[in-house]
Amino acid sequence: MTTPSKKLRFATVWLAGCSGCHMSFLDLDEWLFELAEHVDVVFSPVASDLKTYPEQVDVCLVEGAVANVDNLELALQLRQRTRLVISFGDCAVTGNVPALRNLWADVDGGSRQSVLDRSYLELADIGAQHPHAPGIVPELLERVRPLHEVIPVDLYLPGCPPSAERIRAAIEPLLRGETPAMEGTAMLQFG
Amino acid sequence: MSVHTLTVDGMEVAVPEGATLLDAVRAAGVELPTLCHLDGLSPVGACRLCLVEMETSGHLQPACATAAGEGMAVLTQTPQLQHYRRMAVELFFAEGNHVCAFCVANGNCELQDVAVAVGMDHSRFPYQYPNRRVDASHPRFAIDHHRCILCTRCVRVCDEIEGAHVWDVANRGGECSIIAGLDQPWGEVQACTSCGKCVDVCPTGAIFRKDDTTAEKEANRERPQLLRSAREQHQWQNQ
Amino acid sequence: MAATPQLQLRCCAASGCRSAGSAALQAALLAARDQLGGAAEAVTIKPVGCLRLCGRGPLVALDRRGGDGQEPSAGSTELYAELTPEQAPALLAAATGLGEAPTAQRLDPAHPFFALQKPVVLEGCGVVNPESIDDALAHGTYAQLRRVLLECTPEQVRDQVKRSGLRGRGGAGYPSGLKWDTVALQPPGPRYVVCNADEGDPGAFMDRSVLESDPHRLIEGMAIAAYAVGAEQGYVYVRAEYPLAIERLRLALRQARGKGLLGSGIAGSSFNLRLEVRVGAGAYVCGEETALLASIQGQRGTPRPRPPYPAQKGLWDAPTLINNVETLTSIPVILREGGDWYASIGTEGSKGTKVFALSGAVANTGLVEVPMGTTLRTVVQTIGGGVPGADGPDGGVKAVQTGGPSGGCIPAHLLDTPVDYESLKALGSMMGSGGLVVMGETTSMPEVARHFMRFSVNESCGKCVPCRAGTVQLAHLLDRFVERRATLADLERLEELCTMVGATSLCGLGQAAPNPVLSTLRYFRQEYQAACRDPDQCEPLDACVLQEVTR
Repeated sequence: MTTPSKKLRFATVWLAGCSGCHMSFLDLDEWLFELAEHVDVVFSPVASDLKTYPEQVDVCLVEGAVANVDNLELALQLRQRTRLVISFGDCAVTGNVPALRNLWADVDGGSRQSVLDRSYLELADIGAQHPHAPGIVPELLERVRPLHEVIPVDLYLPGCPPSAERIRAAIEPLLRGETPAMEGTAMLQFG
Repeated sequence: MSVHTLTVDGMEVAVPEGATLLDAVRAAGVELPTLCHLDGLSPVGACRLCLVEMETSGHLQPACATAAGEGMAVLTQTPQLQHYRRMAVELFFAEGNHVCAFCVANGNCELQDVAVAVGMDHSRFPYQYPNRRVDASHPRFAIDHHRCILCTRCVRVCDEIEGAHVWDVANRGGECSIIAGLDQPWGEVQACTSCGKCVDVCPTGAIFRKDDTTAEKEANRERPQLLRSAREQHQWQNQ
Repeated sequence: MAATPQLQLRCCAASGCRSAGSAALQAALLAARDQLGGAAEAVTIKPVGCLRLCGRGPLVALDRRGGDGQEPSAGSTELYAELTPEQAPALLAAATGLGEAPTAQRLDPAHPFFALQKPVVLEGCGVVNPESIDDALAHGTYAQLRRVLLECTPEQVRDQVKRSGLRGRGGAGYPSGLKWDTVALQPPGPRYVVCNADEGDPGAFMDRSVLESDPHRLIEGMAIAAYAVGAEQGYVYVRAEYPLAIERLRLALRQARGKGLLGSGIAGSSFNLRLEVRVGAGAYVCGEETALLASIQGQRGTPRPRPPYPAQKGLWDAPTLINNVETLTSIPVILREGGDWYASIGTEGSKGTKVFALSGAVANTGLVEVPMGTTLRTVVQTIGGGVPGADGPDGGVKAVQTGGPSGGCIPAHLLDTPVDYESLKALGSMMGSGGLVVMGETTSMPEVARHFMRFSVNESCGKCVPCRAGTVQLAHLLDRFVERRATLADLERLEELCTMVGATSLCGLGQAAPNPVLSTLRYFRQEYQAACRDPDQCEPLDACVLQEVTR
């Protein structure tokens, strides 16, 4: 049996994304048991109940773009506490769907105002109003950014979502201390 | 018919007079990414992905638009060329709005494919998010300019093969855009025969059939070459 | 007996002086002559082209000729600057010896700005009336055309051009004789001759001045070129932003046709030539030869890959000789004085003279023609007078920009560089068409680079991706330096992208677009480094990122 001390400290983070990448991660099914033999999941929306990102994490999969101040804060924090940061899925890698509001970055009011107006006023059936809960609902950033525009990223794992096979092919070498070969359609194709 | 002998990455190949460097590269069995080039259409040398290095001078030339000559020696895969190609693909992604996840051409897109071919795992250049138009005025087809890479294949196929010249390019630089007719809604351009050749040759999901949704676009990118050889050499598919 | 001295006032009627009010001045002079009568009536008042010191217009030259009608010598000519219409009577009175000349406005013709110039291309600028073919003929224009049509074979003409060592004045410096030979030696068939007058570099106004000042000389040069390569049809492609040049050129073409110097059987020979003006539509890229040819054909003005070169396949796929205004305007003098004479001027690799448009932070702004090989210091400090109000060894000059958006900034410590194609290229700049912009010590180099990059962004035709999208990314990167929020990683990316855009763009515009960045990086790197955020001030890292992301 492996001793706990040799296990990698493993985290997954969910920023501005649909959680599809995490669903795909869960599609790894029984391989997750194998993974559990090699890693301790120290932080994850799907496998842990901790609210604070811990210190000294070895590997972190980061799903989602950076769209609001909470995303930003967590991204900066995880970078300082993590050895290897992986941009996990197209939202983290490119901005993808959450970043589409950047199309309105240069119009009057900017993208933040445009997307809030559209969502909470124009499309409201009843009681149209902006959400207002300071300190509870995080402020949107004016521009949604891919992770690498905010923090240095060590590995890019594209896909919307990356298939379970691709996730496994990227993680498995890391468990052996090797760098995965990110090339070819199986590993790189966006979408 | 006279023949030119040349080397591609050190391999000797012979191509007929009139062949391009791209023909020679392919004859050598070397894969070279292309986006604006399409067999059957005139070359424009615009996407710069098929640039090759002339071994003696060190000059870069677009293989699609350069005639193969006797004794030429070209290199296709130098680290520098690979580096430039990846940057070019990143620039393509950064200048438009290419979101594969919900694109009609997902899985059948040449831009998506060249990104894989050049090993682009992310773009080092920030995306520009241009606010472009979608024209769905045509009864059967639509053009989403967000996905357009300005390869001008549609312009050329409509002009050179269909003879309708519905498409052209307006404006300049990053403001360039494909226009129908005299910058009219596509559905109002009477010259359009609705032949669908522009849909077939579009490398991305910019021009598509309206009844296709995410990842459903099928393209027939061999069509211009088939039509051209049918017309010029009287060779038909069923022969 | 001594004849009455002939008096002539030459009034600059080119764009620079016109914008300073030369038309009103000339009208005032004519009115004053009528009013004064007497001796004043003998004064000839003649509109001419550029008198060089554009920054101090309107300019008027006063010739006191000897009685034998000789050309004015330098000593018998006075030059006046910044004249107002109110001063017209005083000037006329002074000319006729009846009053005091406005001495404050009198320039010294022995000043280096004038004395160090060597007019070859500009020989007729400021001398002939640009709207009169009779005046042009009286000054010898078209004499060489007539002579070569009667006496020389096309080969002999090309031989003189080869001997002259003339190189293309549009900027690239391709040997003209070689180009002419290439066109002439193509298989039989139609040929075209094209003059590139799409002078688009910011700060360049040499070609405009020639077109406005001495259009017949250009037509003569073009006709000789057409004869030498066997063309019977030609086009002058002028940018629409030069309305006066277009007007005068069109008038000159009409006059030349009227005199049988264009059309069928020119000057009694069997040589035919039709010349037309084509007006651009505001695209800088149409100065690139393949884009220019596409535009003449009525197509979208975008470049195409070369080879084939226009000399092999140009207009309508026929061999086409395309030369710039200055190149073609040099031709009549070369044939008059001989190729060897021209080759004796300048340097080993760059023969002849070069016209520069001197502007920016410099005391004497205007048009300068000097022998190739003259140092930048002579041009900028001795001729140009350095930065106004500044002194010191480099006269307050920080850098000199040559070649416009395709060129680079040469720092003051290299001012002793001789002006020739190779020397400027070795410094990471280029000769370009001749725009020479002087920059003072307060100029920020990242801002200069961004200015030119934005120019390239606006003027990219959009055909190839490195230029269309690469210049946009470069301009954004430069924003970060100008706004002092760059990082050292940005500096690395800037250089990387410059190299890529330069190496992979389709035409010269894109290939040269990074030059202003690369040359300022080469000589003023510390300014870029100083614009990078200090990592020491960015602890914790969060502060910098927050500032960047939330802006």
